[in-house]
Amino acid sequence: MAGVHFEHVTKRFGDFTALKEFDLEIHDREFLVLVGPSGCGKSTALRMLAGLEDITEGSIYIGDRRVNGIPAKDRDIAMVFQSYALYPHMTVFDNIAFGLRLRKTPKDELTTKVKEAATTLGVDTLLDRKPGQLSGGQRQRVAVARAIVREPQVFLLDEPLSNLDAKLRVHTRAEISKLHQRLGTTFVYVTHDQTEAMTMADRIAVMNEGIIQQVGSPQELYDEPVNVFVAGFIGSPSMNFFSAKTVENGEGVRLEGDGFAVDVPQDRAEEMRAFLDREMIFGVRPENIHDKHFVPSGITAAPTTVTVDVTEPMGNEVFLHLLAGKTMLLARVDPRTTVSADEEVEVVIDMERMHVFDPESREAVRTA
Amino acid sequence: MRPRLATIAWLWVLPAFVLLGVFLVYPVVNTIYLSFFSGRGASVFVGLDNYRYLFTHPETLVVFRNNLLWLVLFTGASVGLGLILAVLSNQVRYEAVAKAIIFVPMAVSFTAAAVIWRFMYIYRPGQFEQTGVLNAAMVALGFDPVPWITNTAVNNYALIAAGIWMWTGFALVVISAGLKGIPAEVLEAARVDGANEVQIFWRVILPMLRSVMLVVAVTLTINSLKVFDLVYVMTFGNYQTDVLANRMFKEMFTFGNFGRASAVAVVLLLAIIPLMALNIRRFRREQ
Ligand SMILES: Nc1ncnc2c1ncn2[C@@H]1O[C@H](COP(=O)(O)OP(=O)(O)OP(=O)(O)O)[C@@H](O)[C@H]1O
Ligand SMILES: [Mg+2]
Repeated sequence: MAGVHFEHVTKRFGDFTALKEFDLEIHDREFLVLVGPSGCGKSTALRMLAGLEDITEGSIYIGDRRVNGIPAKDRDIAMVFQSYALYPHMTVFDNIAFGLRLRKTPKDELTTKVKEAATTLGVDTLLDRKPGQLSGGQRQRVAVARAIVREPQVFLLDEPLSNLDAKLRVHTRAEISKLHQRLGTTFVYVTHDQTEAMTMADRIAVMNEGIIQQVGSPQELYDEPVNVFVAGFIGSPSMNFFSAKTVENGEGVRLEGDGFAVDVPQDRAEEMRAFLDREMIFGVRPENIHDKHFVPSGITAAPTTVTVDVTEPMGNEVFLHLLAGKTMLLARVDPRTTVSADEEVEVVIDMERMHVFDPESREAVRTA
Repeated sequence: MRPRLATIAWLWVLPAFVLLGVFLVYPVVNTIYLSFFSGRGASVFVGLDNYRYLFTHPETLVVFRNNLLWLVLFTGASVGLGLILAVLSNQVRYEAVAKAIIFVPMAVSFTAAAVIWRFMYIYRPGQFEQTGVLNAAMVALGFDPVPWITNTAVNNYALIAAGIWMWTGFALVVISAGLKGIPAEVLEAARVDGANEVQIFWRVILPMLRSVMLVVAVTLTINSLKVFDLVYVMTFGNYQTDVLANRMFKEMFTFGNFGRASAVAVVLLLAIIPLMALNIRRFRREQ
């Protein structure tokens, strides 16, 4: 067991920079998820840690050992590939046993360990089959069994669930979390699915275009995203953004957007005055826009008038697609709401949960 | 409705059956029939005499030995070299060029290749300057020139070498395609599992190439059994280099001995049948 440390790691493929000044400290026994859109360099980071890709600049440490230049086979890690990458000519047993055989593990011990790993993953009845005779879910399990059997210092998983159907994915997600708790080993998990990241991670590192945007616990990322990218990436459905200018409005202030306005009451107005008369990007999550008849207590309600475009009743909640001037807003409101399409209604925005971003840097502006 | 459908189906395959019958089944049956007769002049039924001659006469026993040499050395070396070159060329940057060069002999006509190699192997006795490439090189390196074509200790190997030169490209290209078909992630998984490159080759790459190698080996084995052009042009089977196909040609067109020629053909056919069966079975399984 060991932590992992990326120190100013840069990776270039010819002229193309896939990772830039990548700094990341992964704690021992932690479940860290690397998340970001397709092509942002997640796999590249993982593959460098595995020793499958050279490090252009910087250092990577596993435990105290600098692993630059150390071949994959000597890094004491295990990896689960997106395609599972099972050895097609070997039985499930031999697939799981491959790494142990290379280490000249005594036969009795090898058999015991393989059976144990197979039982843990529920593939102990499939040991004589070849990968071609397994379903996708079973292959995925064998790939995980092959990884855990060697008791490596660090587990690397590259989108291991992306080939599974939705139901199996949810199920396997929970199982991998359980496995992590049981093994107590460091897990580095790559995914482009923010739900996976939120549900499994101790900490998440959000990446975009080869750069780490933010590292933190799921709740931290959700509550305090540092920039527009993280704010939009984390959370489903994702945050609403609109540009608006803050102007004085009697006691309070008013956010003037493109064809609509939000009245901010006095007790929250002071912070907003920090960017008076400037055009800023405002972000609000769908669950922080409420039907005015069903406003929870204890929030700072900022009312605005909008037109309902579409309503999507979900049973336990209703999604409202709202048109505020030319801006589309998605609201997730109380199911008792009676609004209907094309109606002009008043909704309230929870100003406590309003995020403000600088339009130039797109970084979050701390309000009080 | 059913019987009519079957009738139509039969009508559709009828032309194919007729063609096969005329051009394949009839010649085979007739060849087998002819192999029991003495060929010259008035045909006389001789039973198994032609076969007895084939399997006992010292001259034809050499033919069998030579084909065996071809089978083992030609097939083995072409497949082995093809595999080594495929693996190596997979690592270099100018892979396409390297493979093209090795594949070029495949595009040369067999007769032309045989002529080329005859030039390569030219030997001139006594004090004459050696004009054959190989012997010129031998002399330059301080060795005595070797009569490659006529020296019975080496001439079969010289011929086989020419065959290997021609066919390695084929093995290379097919095995190379198989190699490309192995997913990179599987090899990476092996690396992460702790395998070094040699172990990866023996335990992952080679087993995964098994079926491709089998196809190549069977194709080359069939070729080794029916090898003809190289021998015909380079030695015409003289100096103890004769092979079955050339022997068949000789018995037929030089000696006019239909019976013996047919017997050789039948032996060749019987030798190839199991290989064809292997190929067909594999083909079926893949479907
Ligand atoms: N061998 C390579 N040569 C050149 N460019 C590469 C190479 N490998 C990856 N890249 C580029 O580096 C970038 C990051 O790739 P990477 O595979 O890490 O993305 P990813 O975040 O894992 O995406 P995905 O979610 O689609 O798997 C991509 O733009 C990709 O095109
Ligand atoms: Mg990837």
